[in-house]
Amino acid sequence: MAWLFVAPTIALLLAINIFPLVWMIRLSFTSLNLSMSYLPLRFVGLDNFTDILTDEDVWFRLQTTAQFVIWSVALQVVIGYGLALLINRQFRGHSFWTTIILLPMMLSPAVVGNFWTLLLQPQIGPFNYVISLFTGVPPSSFSMTGQVSLAPWTIVLVDTWMWAPYVMLICLAGLRSIPDYIYEAAEVDRASAWRQFWSITLPMTVPFLMLAVLFRAIENFKMFDMVNLLTSGGPGSTTELVSITLKRAAFEKWRTGYSSALAIILFVTVFGAANIYVKALNKVKQR
Amino acid sequence: MSGSAVAKSGVSRWFSRGPWEAGAMTLIGGGIIMLVQPWSIDLYGYSFVTILAGTIGYVIVSHFPE
Repeated sequence: MAWLFVAPTIALLLAINIFPLVWMIRLSFTSLNLSMSYLPLRFVGLDNFTDILTDEDVWFRLQTTAQFVIWSVALQVVIGYGLALLINRQFRGHSFWTTIILLPMMLSPAVVGNFWTLLLQPQIGPFNYVISLFTGVPPSSFSMTGQVSLAPWTIVLVDTWMWAPYVMLICLAGLRSIPDYIYEAAEVDRASAWRQFWSITLPMTVPFLMLAVLFRAIENFKMFDMVNLLTSGGPGSTTELVSITLKRAAFEKWRTGYSSALAIILFVTVFGAANIYVKALNKVKQR
Repeated sequence: MSGSAVAKSGVSRWFSRGPWEAGAMTLIGGGIIMLVQPWSIDLYGYSFVTILAGTIGYVIVSHFPE
């Protein structure tokens, strides 16, 4: 009887999760090209994997992705932690400011991508005017999404703007979990605020920080929608993250077998990182 | 202690989860670094096998006793 109740869920999981995964694994060993799908399906063994793992272009795209992940997560952690320290204090309008800070992470990445595209427009966007106000550089003389030197920082900036509040939330949970009596004991021992931060606050929030870093790193490794809307991987391939390479291989070049193999490589990487994430999560739960 | 208990404790010491899990996670982390490092394409070439070995290893060792 119990099986009968669980059966619809299992059937759904099999149909929308397991079946496509198994099908993709199968396709990764073939030379299928959807623009020439009339050709018979040819088994090519590990050729697609060998092609990807010896391809310098894919390697460079993975490095671009890693640079994006490192910079955006580092900025998110610094800003998120700073905001959490501020919000953890009691002040007038505390709830209002918390809500305002959390707004960006409640938006859809598609919306964020679209409105930042407008904000960053060199001719009509206010972003260039604000920069011009502080630096004196003419607003239409630079393009945040169109210049090789600026575009990578633009996607880091927008991602940080959107996700620093999430890191703040996790850090805030960590800060609120520190019992007051520890600070009271430190006060009795006449520890300075700086000393209290380094000896109590930071060590006790490190597991939460680790959690935020792992979660954001995994999410940013898979980042597609926002970057695709903002720069589409350009100018040239300066901001082409590996997810955009995957989409181009699958739906522009129609190399289905090759893109399935690339998808498996990314899936295994994210799955491996997720195992470490779950382990870190359990450690935080045990505290 | 009986012989079988000694043998059992020896086996469980060998197959205790902690160090194996740490090893598998190191393999995964090392593989990810190999995948994105900018210095050697050979390391990049072996990265997927390393991550895969670490991930499969992790799934297996996570069933070991605590």
